[in-house]
Amino acid sequence: MGLNAESLGCRRGNRVLFTELSFSLGAGDLLVLRGTNGSGKTSLLRLLTGLSRPAAGRILWNGITITQDLETYFRQLHYLGHLDGLKSAFTARENLHYSAHLRGTIADASALNHFNVASLENMPIRLLSAGQRRRIALARLLASPAPLWLLDEPSAALDHDGVALLHQTLTDHCRNGGIAVIASHDSIAHPLAKVLEINSLRSAAS
Amino acid sequence: MMVFFALLHRELRLAGRQKFDVTLPLAVAVLILLLFPLSLGPEPDLLRRLAPAALWIAALLGALLGLDRLFHSDFDDGSLDQLILSGLPLPLLVLGKSLGHWLLTSLPMTAVTLLMGIFLNLPGTAFLPLALAMILGGASLTLLGTTIMALTLGARRGGALTGLLLLPLTLPIAIFGAGTVTAALSDLPTRPPLLVLGGIFLGCLAICPFLAAIALREALD
Repeated sequence: MGLNAESLGCRRGNRVLFTELSFSLGAGDLLVLRGTNGSGKTSLLRLLTGLSRPAAGRILWNGITITQDLETYFRQLHYLGHLDGLKSAFTARENLHYSAHLRGTIADASALNHFNVASLENMPIRLLSAGQRRRIALARLLASPAPLWLLDEPSAALDHDGVALLHQTLTDHCRNGGIAVIASHDSIAHPLAKVLEINSLRSAAS
Repeated sequence: MMVFFALLHRELRLAGRQKFDVTLPLAVAVLILLLFPLSLGPEPDLLRRLAPAALWIAALLGALLGLDRLFHSDFDDGSLDQLILSGLPLPLLVLGKSLGHWLLTSLPMTAVTLLMGIFLNLPGTAFLPLALAMILGGASLTLLGTTIMALTLGARRGGALTGLLLLPLTLPIAIFGAGTVTAALSDLPTRPPLLVLGGIFLGCLAICPFLAAIALREALD
């Protein structure tokens, strides 16, 4: 199992964010993307999800270009963007239920427990705080299994306890052979993490 | 297939939570239709002659207001990403969304126009053609609306743009839809306009899901 990026280039409007970006990740790898605001962390993550297409280069999952069979690739990954992707009219449990159901699986009910939000399972999302919502969005990662996690600032709005839980979850995921790519400003050094500085790549290229 | 039904189930349950979104188009259509007898005065013959056009105009304008809930709320809260990442092929996703919308908005709209037909002094023989035309026309309208909503997803002031783009496209539906009812009123065969409406529906069914899929992909790029 592996995720490879081969000389990726990304352009937003007429601004080149990065070029010739390559990396290779295997089972158990955790890649932390760092860079200033606007350096292209989110853009890179969205390229990796397959939702947007690179201006140059290609992305391979298990040696196959992801665009060959996007639908199958989609089911291998979990993406958590800036937005939680939760329906505010649904309860936490319903959100998890549909999230898993749409991937063709049944939601693992203990996922909410893992992030200490089991008591909120029957509350509509609109009544919850930003941190609580984020915890429920993170619980989605565990509610249905996927080998590849792509997380954009996953610790945003989380309290200390939440960040600790997140790091524990990431460690467990990688220890179980998963792959994770996260954009994060967290200073907490992660024992398994590789770090990719997007700024340096851009300046190296230009 | 299970994923398709999961999507449909989600759409229906979501609408159950946000009843206002679903009832708004119906309420607007009823209000527009109430304006006709109130502003024209109690003239049964005039009302009867205007009824086909009035019913279709009200249904179209009402439907326009309901389209907002198709993709925009999912886009705004990030769940559209999650829906696409579920791995359901995009045209099927569009079809699921359209089917949900048709069940929730278009079908009730048919019922509303039938009820309001009584109010506009529509004769009994015109109700079946009206219902069939509304079902077929409503299905095409939903598919067209889904496509336009997908196209305007990234645009600012998408709401205003929707009407501007969608109404010209719905002209054939309005012409043959109202034509069906007019034909029924003057004892002409209603089969030909209904067949045209059926043809329009099949055309939309063949093209719209793929067009909307391309538009969605572009909007999220």
